This record gives sequence, structure tokens and C-alpha cells, in this order.
Amino acid sequence: MRDEAVRALRRGVAVLVLAALVLAPWTVDDYTVALLARTLALGLVGVSVALLTGVAGLPTLGQTAPYAAGAYASAVLGSRLSDVAVVHLVVAAAAGAALAAATVPLVVYARGVIVLMITLAIGELVVTVVGRWRSVTGGSDGLAGVPPVRPVWGLPVLATDRARYLYALVVVAVLVGAVLLVLHTRVGLLLRAGRDDEARLRASGHRVPAHVAVVHVAAGAVAGAAGSLLVVAQQFVSPADFGFDTSALLLLGVVVGGATSVGGALVGAVIVVAGRDWLFGVLPGYAPLVLGLAFVVTVYLLPGDGHRSAGGPGRLLPGLPASPGGRERPAPTGART
Amino acid sequence: MTPLLHALGVTVRYGALTALDNVDLRVEHGQRHALIGPNGAGKTTLLDVLGGATRAGGGRVLLAGRDVTRLGPAARARRGVGRIHQRPAVWSTLTATENVVVAALPNAVRPGRWRPGARRCAAERTAGAWLERMGLGDVGAVPAGRLAHGQRRQLEIAMALAGRPRLLLLDEPAAGLSVVEVARLVEFLRALPRAVAVLLVEHRLDLVYALCDQVSVLRDGRTVATGTPAEIRASGPVRQAYAEGVSLCCARSGCVPATPTGSCCTR
Repeated sequence: MRDEAVRALRRGVAVLVLAALVLAPWTVDDYTVALLARTLALGLVGVSVALLTGVAGLPTLGQTAPYAAGAYASAVLGSRLSDVAVVHLVVAAAAGAALAAATVPLVVYARGVIVLMITLAIGELVVTVVGRWRSVTGGSDGLAGVPPVRPVWGLPVLATDRARYLYALVVVAVLVGAVLLVLHTRVGLLLRAGRDDEARLRASGHRVPAHVAVVHVAAGAVAGAAGSLLVVAQQFVSPADFGFDTSALLLLGVVVGGATSVGGALVGAVIVVAGRDWLFGVLPGYAPLVLGLAFVVTVYLLPGDGHRSAGGPGRLLPGLPASPGGRERPAPTGART
Repeated sequence: MTPLLHALGVTVRYGALTALDNVDLRVEHGQRHALIGPNGAGKTTLLDVLGGATRAGGGRVLLAGRDVTRLGPAARARRGVGRIHQRPAVWSTLTATENVVVAALPNAVRPGRWRPGARRCAAERTAGAWLERMGLGDVGAVPAGRLAHGQRRQLEIAMALAGRPRLLLLDEPAAGLSVVEVARLVEFLRALPRAVAVLLVEHRLDLVYALCDQVSVLRDGRTVATGTPAEIRASGPVRQAYAEGVSLCCARSGCVPATPTGSCCTR
């Protein structure tokens, strides 16, 4: 009964949020609409973070890497290929997936905090490369004046903030829907099982590293697609869009929204990013401080998933084992304790 | 004939401590083989080595004549080794049915006949059948984390069997079960088809003698005796193995080692 009530409540909230997102461009000014479009792109990166952190149990600070790869691929390569946004989207997703695939060997055998450190390093490396590779990326000045695009062949160019926002909204809705559909198949079942007890999954004969690799690449593709949305939304891209603060914000958003829920992650990331943008206006100069405090408070106060044991970082991020050993195991009969 | 499982000179060391010292073990096809010995003898470590969870420092493990020493637990499971842990290992956020489905997936269909959804369909059919057989038919939709200990034990057995094992490694399956549940477990293990061989680690000698046709006694990481239950019961090594360090609690049903505090209360 309670589960059903929660499900109904969730569905209601989802419908309300969707309705608000559809109506937003007619109720707020153009600047806010542009900001919202960018926030949606970040929300989609949040979905990819949730896929890794909550669903597959790999807490990540490095999803800005495929996000950046997608954005630059879209701006540099996509613009040369075509003016159709869907082509850009595919190019960006492929770039994000390719980058994620290249880093698979680094993450697939690590778990918990170690993944956090490795992904952080990957994210920072990519931002550094983007900042230095001036001939292609424009260096720290970024690429300005990315030409406007049309959503699909035959439609007019996305000339207004409202049109760009609605395009981003449609893409996000479709991609999140696709992710949710896939998670309802046995793929989702295997991922949840792996998060619960990976050793048991191996003992049943599943190729766990292969599962992790596939999720990592898929999350890279989603983040790459988000990069394309960012370029469409602000027609400009620079390394400042992919800094460490963005990774940290996304992780915070995903944790706030409930790491195991894809929709919750989207909403959480959107709320946190919108909160940051709002704080920039209200408390100039203090926004990072407030968000840092929010992070600390969240880490200490937020209750974890009901099924998980309380205590330790594990309650916050299900993917973080409380001890390096991962899952608790009974001492062997020949207890050497 | 090639034995189903053949461990040759298996050695495991943790620093200065030798957990397993040159252990040999043969399990024939369809055999019910028990591994007994006092606490600290290395029984669970040996199961870990056979299941692939622990890498042996020395020796070889052959499965139906094929060397699987270097294979991990997943590869061994796909070759037919099912494992049941000392503490029931189930996926607590998945329902009982989902647990068995996931466990059945790797061996659900024969390779080469792929069509969309076939694997999951086959796994779901298998899952339903095993849940019914283990008496879990009416809790299929309950998350495994909310099941009682005994039910989780039954569930793990269903999971192991749904993976179509040739060899079942059971680590103290009766631990923590009520008298009724133990009786049901014995009945169930007796009814298992002979296509499945069983290697059972168990402290309760009454269970061992009731179920098994071969017994190996492990002590201080070495096999000190192997034989039929009658031979083992008659020979000294069992009593000797248990006598040092642990006291025995003997009743009409057989002898069990006392708890570490020396109590003879049955679990």
C-alpha cells in the first residue's frame, strides 16, 4: 500500500515538473529561459552521473569529461558536417561514448572512493587538454559564435531562446525516457543486483566487468549528448563549463535527488544548478561558499536508501563501500581474527 | 573415470599462517561429499578456492578434467559450479523472483539460439519453478532483504540451482535454521537429482551422515581422512580432529562440536 502511494506521489510530481518545464518559456524572461536550457543540459549530465553512481554503484566526479568531449565534438565537428541538431547530437554522443570507452580500463576494476579519485583525475585532465589545445578548442577563450542549428531536416533554425529551450527539453525527455525503458529490462535488474552484492553476481556466473564497462560507455554517451545541448543552448563553449565545481554540483544534485532514481537525479541536478545561478545574483561572490556548506550538510544529514545499513559514507552514496573490502563477508570458519 | 572435481595439492597461505596445506580432494559425478573438521581447519577456505573466490598459492583445481585453477568465480559458475554461502548472499533490493531470474540468466539458454527476450523468458520460467519447489511461491514479489533468515537460505539454494550447476558447494546450509527448516533442507538435498554433485561443509555430523556417501576430514589445513560415513565414524581421526581445541557434544543423533564458549546448546 505504502509503496503504491509513494509511486503515485512520484508520478504526480513527475507530471507537475514536466508541465512546469513545458510552460516555463511562456512565463519567464528570455534570459531565464536560456539559463534553464543550459540547466537542462546539466540535468542530463546529472542523469549520467546517477546511472554510474546510483544504478551501477560507481560514484563519479568525471562525467564532465564526456560532457566536454560531446560539447566540443558538437561545436567543432558537428558544425562542419551539418546544421542539423540531431546530427550534432549523434556526433556528441559518439564522442562521449568514445572517451568513456577509452577510460573503461581505468574504472572497471576499481570501486568506491578509488573510482571517485580516478574519475576526478580524468575530468581534470580533459579540461586541461581542452584549455591547451588552442587550434581546435580555442583554448581558455572557448569557441564563440557557434552557428545556430535546425532540430531536424526541413524545420526552421532555432533562432530564439524559447525554441532552443524547447529543443533541449524534447531531447532530455526522449533520452531520459530511453534510459528509464532500458533500466526496466534485465539490464536494470543486473545493475541493481551488482549494486547490492557484486561478489554474488560473479558467483552466479555474470561478467561483472563487462556490465560496468557497458554502463560506463552508455553514461558517456548520455553526457556527450548533453554536451551538444549545451552548445545549442548557449552557442558558445569554453573550459569554464566543465570545471571541478560542475562535477561536484552534479554529484550533489544527484545525491539530493536520490542517487538510485534517474528522474530524481535530473530534478536534483536542475535544482542545485538553478540554485547556484540564483545565488550568483543574490549573494555575489558567496555562491560557492553556500553550495559548499550545502554539500557538507547534505553529506551528514541526508538519510540513505531505506534498504541500506546506516552509518558511514555508504548511506549517502550506495556505491561507496564503508570499507575498502567492499561487501561484508563472514569470517571464514577458520577465523583468523 | 575423470572425477567431476579434482583438487591437487591446494595450498593457501596468509602470511605466516598456512590455511590449506597441500590438500587433495576428489568429488565424483553425482556424489554427496562432506567436508568436516573443527573450526579453523580451512573448510571455508577450501570452498573459496574451489569456487574461485580465493586464488590458491599452489596446486591445481580440475573441473571434469579441465584445469580451472586460473579462472575466477564467474567463469567457474558458467562451467557449472554453484555456491551457497555461510551467510545467505542474496540481492536484498531485488524481489525473490528477480533474485532467481538474475541467478538463472547466465545459463538460461543454450548458446547459439539467440532471439530477443529468450534468455529472460527462460530464466523467468526456471525461477518460478524453483521458487515453488523451495516453498517460496507466495513470497516471489517480496524484496529479498525483507525475508526471514530461513527463507533467504531457501532462496539462495533456489538461486544456485537455477544456474544449472553440476557441482553445488554448500557452506553450512543448516546454520541458523529452525529444526523444521533443517528437516526440510535435508529432505530437499536428498531429493536433488544425481546430475548435481554436492560438496557440503557442515558441523552437524547427523546431517553429514544422513546425506553424504563420502566424507573428508580436514584439520589444520590438511585432509586427515577420507572415506564412507561408516568408515569415518569408526576411525579415530574425526574424534581426534575435534578433540583438540573443541569439545564435542554427543547425542543419539551424532556428535557436534561445542560452541566456542564450550556450550552444548544446539543452534
